[in-house]
Amino acid sequence: MKTKESDTKTYLGMPLYRPKVGFFEFSSCEGCQLQIVNNESTLLDFLSLVEVVSFREAMTEKSDDYEIAFIEGSITRDDEVKRLKRIRKNAKILVALGSCACFGGVNQLKNRFKNLNWVKKEVYGRHPVDTEPVRAVEDVVKVDLKIYGCPVKKEEVEKSVLHIALGKSIEIPKYPVCMECKANENICLFDLGELCLGPVTRAGCNSWCPNSRAGCWGCRGPADDANVEYMKKIMKEKGFSEEAILERLECFGGFADFLKRKK
Amino acid sequence: MIFRTFKKDELKKLVEILAAHNRIVGPVEAGRDKHGSPIYAFNEVSDFNSIRLNYTTTKLPAKRYFLPFQEDLSSFRTEGGGWQKIIDYNADKPLIFFGLHPCDINALNKLDKVLMHSVYPMPYYAAKRKNMFIIGVECIPQTFCFCRSMGADTALHGFDMFITDLGNKYFVEILTDTAYNFLKSIRTEEPEEKDHVLYMKAVAERNKKFTTRVDTTDLAKILDMEFQSDVWKHWGEICLSCGTCSNVCPTCYCYGVEETVDLDLKGARKTKTLHSCNLIDFAEVAGGHNFRPERHSRLKYRYYHKHRGFVEAFEESLCVGCGRCGESCLAGINVPEVIASVRGGKIKK
Ligand code: SF4
Ligand code: SF4
Ligand code: SF4
Ligand code: SF4
Ligand code: SF4
Repeated sequence: MKTKESDTKTYLGMPLYRPKVGFFEFSSCEGCQLQIVNNESTLLDFLSLVEVVSFREAMTEKSDDYEIAFIEGSITRDDEVKRLKRIRKNAKILVALGSCACFGGVNQLKNRFKNLNWVKKEVYGRHPVDTEPVRAVEDVVKVDLKIYGCPVKKEEVEKSVLHIALGKSIEIPKYPVCMECKANENICLFDLGELCLGPVTRAGCNSWCPNSRAGCWGCRGPADDANVEYMKKIMKEKGFSEEAILERLECFGGFADFLKRKK
Repeated sequence: MIFRTFKKDELKKLVEILAAHNRIVGPVEAGRDKHGSPIYAFNEVSDFNSIRLNYTTTKLPAKRYFLPFQEDLSSFRTEGGGWQKIIDYNADKPLIFFGLHPCDINALNKLDKVLMHSVYPMPYYAAKRKNMFIIGVECIPQTFCFCRSMGADTALHGFDMFITDLGNKYFVEILTDTAYNFLKSIRTEEPEEKDHVLYMKAVAERNKKFTTRVDTTDLAKILDMEFQSDVWKHWGEICLSCGTCSNVCPTCYCYGVEETVDLDLKGARKTKTLHSCNLIDFAEVAGGHNFRPERHSRLKYRYYHKHRGFVEAFEESLCVGCGRCGESCLAGINVPEVIASVRGGKIKK
């Protein structure tokens, strides 16, 4: 009997579910996909947990036969909507990968402009493209799992896939970045007189930015039960301008529900 | 207790002798804040000159050395036909703590009651704790300190030796024979009557500096009565549920345990991570039910554990009054104001 080693993956003798997965990029920088292929020390183990049938970042073959679809990027063109709906039909589980897919990401900043034609002209000049207001993946199709971050943290992607294979639940932190920041014993950015969205942003990045003495920009979106209203007040009381606070909260699109920009 | 005095320049010698064979943790300057004031932290030190003995309060306690934010409790690997279990208490070498203030020593004494002397001692804590040699040092009370109200302004045990600045010399209390033997390597003297006078004067001077007080009279009872008080709602409205108060607290010990399977499927580990009762998922159980979905109820229980539950179990508060939680809370929530609001039934504007 001939079986490939990778076909008989087991954990403590129990055979594992080895899903077929596809990675698909939409309007994005492909940085999230890059994160995944980035870590050579764990890449082989990771790839052996799944059967990758479509992954432009790492392979050329393509197939429509997949169970889990990882969607990177936001949706901003008509053809993207059609493609996304087709992927949704094929996939059993659809995962929004990264801030663009989860909230629109940096791309959604253009939605601030009422006149998209002006934006198009500014950005693309004499080579206009078809572009609509940016939408998050879940505004177009049903999303089963969100993996946050700009870019995503590869450990979180690896763990999520591992847990799918093991049939374990996927736990993503519900509390804010401060928790990890304090565990890393960073000096609080507010003590240094700088802004930080750590108290309202979902943890899981291991306080990536404050670890290098940079305030959090909220790329992972709001924590569960984030007290954004009071945090806005705190930031204002600490002397930060409304504009600076808005700019931060708007950056990745995760806090859209908490913002009502005065027109 | 044995008392000695020694000249100030002997201290450097003592530290150098200790550092020759041991790792030393002490207060250092970690940076400066926006006003140019130093921010202190406990860190491993090798040079006597980097120790800031006159430090105010460190932002975080020395917790990572006895209750690390994260540590592996156990793990296993399967190799070949067999498997190997790894349990490590992560306490391989003794550590000398140089310069703990009375509040932080008292915090350890309180943790000992729960984590070492209770029905189920925690070996990961006990192993580290037993490997600690503690040199306490007298502090200068800050505006946010209220350890005196909590009965934690002096440490009677829980250290090896404790030094107090008498101007041109140090007064030292010796509690253990390890400390006694270490002190043999420097020149010390028998305190004279005038040293006793100087010591009592220093203590009295320090006591004058306490400005913040918390009225703890009948507090456990009052908390019981004011369980439904509206003041909790106010604090809940402004709390960010960020967990910082627990992370900077020298006596918060709550944790969660998670199992992680290795990506190569050949092993797994159980990891303990400190948690906080203010976090949204603190009281979430299997199936997703959350017993404390509201911010104010979570915040309230943090106060109930410190000032009521622990008092009932151990006849003392779990709060040592170091003031760190209030200093670090971006919403400005602090123990003296919260307790005063519960006692007074209203928020002082
Ligand atoms: S730096 Fe930001 S994340 Fe870190 S403790 Fe301060 S507010 Fe929280
Ligand atoms: S600190 Fe904030 S902005 Fe930086 S990676 Fe984490 S969530 Fe994103
Ligand atoms: S009391 Fe302050 S430090 Fe504690 S969780 Fe609430 S906002 Fe954070
Ligand atoms: S509750 Fe606050 S004041 Fe009391 S010991 Fe903890 S950090 Fe210090
Ligand atoms: S219940 Fe809250 S206050 Fe008590 S030890 Fe745990 S985290 Fe700290």
